[in-house]
Amino acid sequence: MPANSSEIVIEATNLKKVYGDFVAVNGINFKVTKGESFGLLGPNGAGKSTTMRMISATLTRSEGDLKILGLDPVTKAPQIRAHLGVIPQQDHLDNELTVAENLYIYGRYFGLSRAYLKPKVEELLEFAQLVEKRNEKVEALSGGMKRRLTIARGLINQPEILMLDEPTTGLDPQARHILWDRLFRLKEEGVTLILTTHYMDEAEQLCDRIVVMDNGTIMAEGSPAGLIAEYSSKEVLELRFGSNKNIEAAKALEGYGDRLEILPDRILLYCNDAEAVLEKVNHDGMKPLTSLVRRSSLEDVFLRLTGRTLVE
Amino acid sequence: MILNAAVDSAIAIAERRIGKPGEQVFAGRPYVMIQRSFLAFKRSAWFVILSGFVEPVFYLASFGYGLSKLVGNMSAAGHPISYAAFIAPGLLATSAMNGAIYDSTWNVFFKMHHGKVYNAMLATSLGPLDVAIGEIGWALLRGFTYAVGFMIVVTPFGLIPSWWGILAIPAAVLIAFGFASVGMGITSYLKDFQQMEWINFFMLPMFLFSGTLYSISAFPRALQLIIEALPLSQAIGLVRDLTLGQVHPGTLWHVLYFVVMIVAGLIFTTRRLQNLFQK
Repeated sequence: MPANSSEIVIEATNLKKVYGDFVAVNGINFKVTKGESFGLLGPNGAGKSTTMRMISATLTRSEGDLKILGLDPVTKAPQIRAHLGVIPQQDHLDNELTVAENLYIYGRYFGLSRAYLKPKVEELLEFAQLVEKRNEKVEALSGGMKRRLTIARGLINQPEILMLDEPTTGLDPQARHILWDRLFRLKEEGVTLILTTHYMDEAEQLCDRIVVMDNGTIMAEGSPAGLIAEYSSKEVLELRFGSNKNIEAAKALEGYGDRLEILPDRILLYCNDAEAVLEKVNHDGMKPLTSLVRRSSLEDVFLRLTGRTLVE
Repeated sequence: MILNAAVDSAIAIAERRIGKPGEQVFAGRPYVMIQRSFLAFKRSAWFVILSGFVEPVFYLASFGYGLSKLVGNMSAAGHPISYAAFIAPGLLATSAMNGAIYDSTWNVFFKMHHGKVYNAMLATSLGPLDVAIGEIGWALLRGFTYAVGFMIVVTPFGLIPSWWGILAIPAAVLIAFGFASVGMGITSYLKDFQQMEWINFFMLPMFLFSGTLYSISAFPRALQLIIEALPLSQAIGLVRDLTLGQVHPGTLWHVLYFVVMIVAGLIFTTRRLQNLFQK
């Protein structure tokens, strides 16, 4: 694929979706360039799936502007959908058909010919590691296999943009790693990936760029490393004092780090040198039950931006 | 991944539709839906065909040969005919209706709410009108099969006295088309199994009172007018005109009734699918 790296494939300007009184997406702006891996992060109800569906040209916007590959989904929805591979949150596989038939018939929905589909189905069965399962009914597959089949199905039309709505939710670690590997390969081939996820490690692994959404708006945008640098400290000290003592202990810990966050089960102290802070905590006679020194992650950014029991 | 240049890409196929009428809702390939139904059908539900075909034959055997002893001959437009010949077209029309309603309600309901098959289809370049026509087309194929089977069984018994009777087969398909196109739209409003029962609530009385088993002239005129406005009575009128060879200008009104029902039903169903999956 000839990759012009600065080519913009998705451009949203003041994009808005309103259902009655409820504003699901409230005037967001973003651009995605070709070959990029772009993540939408946010808690449930943040407006991620709504945004995904508007990009997938299966949901009309209420206000603002949206261009997918230069086309407006209001007037060119079927043409846009021909460019996309959609991996929905629920697999929506066809339970009445076999694994191979699911791939074949999905290609037929795009109008693809039998001559094209026969080798393509074989290639995708291979890609999804489902060759031996080809004649099984979909119901007989495990969750990870179903997910791989759904991704393979989304690739039947050689999409330029792959839309992944929570691609690994509900999968065990092995299944997730297999999926990540498949997604990496696609990225290497120049496919643009748009994904939503709850898993911060997934976002760090897969995404070049992330927007964090909450209540239908974009709270922050940047690369995983950039977001961590901007919204979190270098290191984090996690302390547990026991479920009822955390709040009290937090008062005493005020000023030990740049910022602290009280979670139901533990206190997070954001600082530059967590070892040094831990030493000071111990020295000052506070007795945490457990302590953990770690580097700051995207999860910390997420907690800060989407406001979980925030204490500055 | 190398694309074979001789084979059309999904994009090229979709772009060919640009500027064509209804490009937003119709990709011009409802046949892929029928292909899907064939794939799904080939290993299940042969008995569905069998039961759909056997049902009107059982009715005919039970009423036609059981009840006819009590009823004696009927008259149609002044000619005496056997009771079985009177009810055969009614049963054919009813079976066309039942088959179409089954396919466009229960079958569609399951795909819509349980399999979520339509969500996946409408994420491709396929449009809601393709889905509607494809599903209805499948219902018609089944209706056609039932009608042919029924005719093959009843004709040797002399229950189709006129050559016009051949046209009862396309008429059954027309009737099925009308019911299926409206039925699918109605199904899109139903959310659970309890609501699905409403369909039977309307279907059974329509079957009992629409002149399947006896002429509606038994009812007071006011009630007759209501019954005549219902689609099953129109369907029976059409099929009976044909099997008994009593074709007259009024027969065309029955045809027109179903043409209007089909067009209105398709517009209704397409709008509903678009609202459900693409808005």
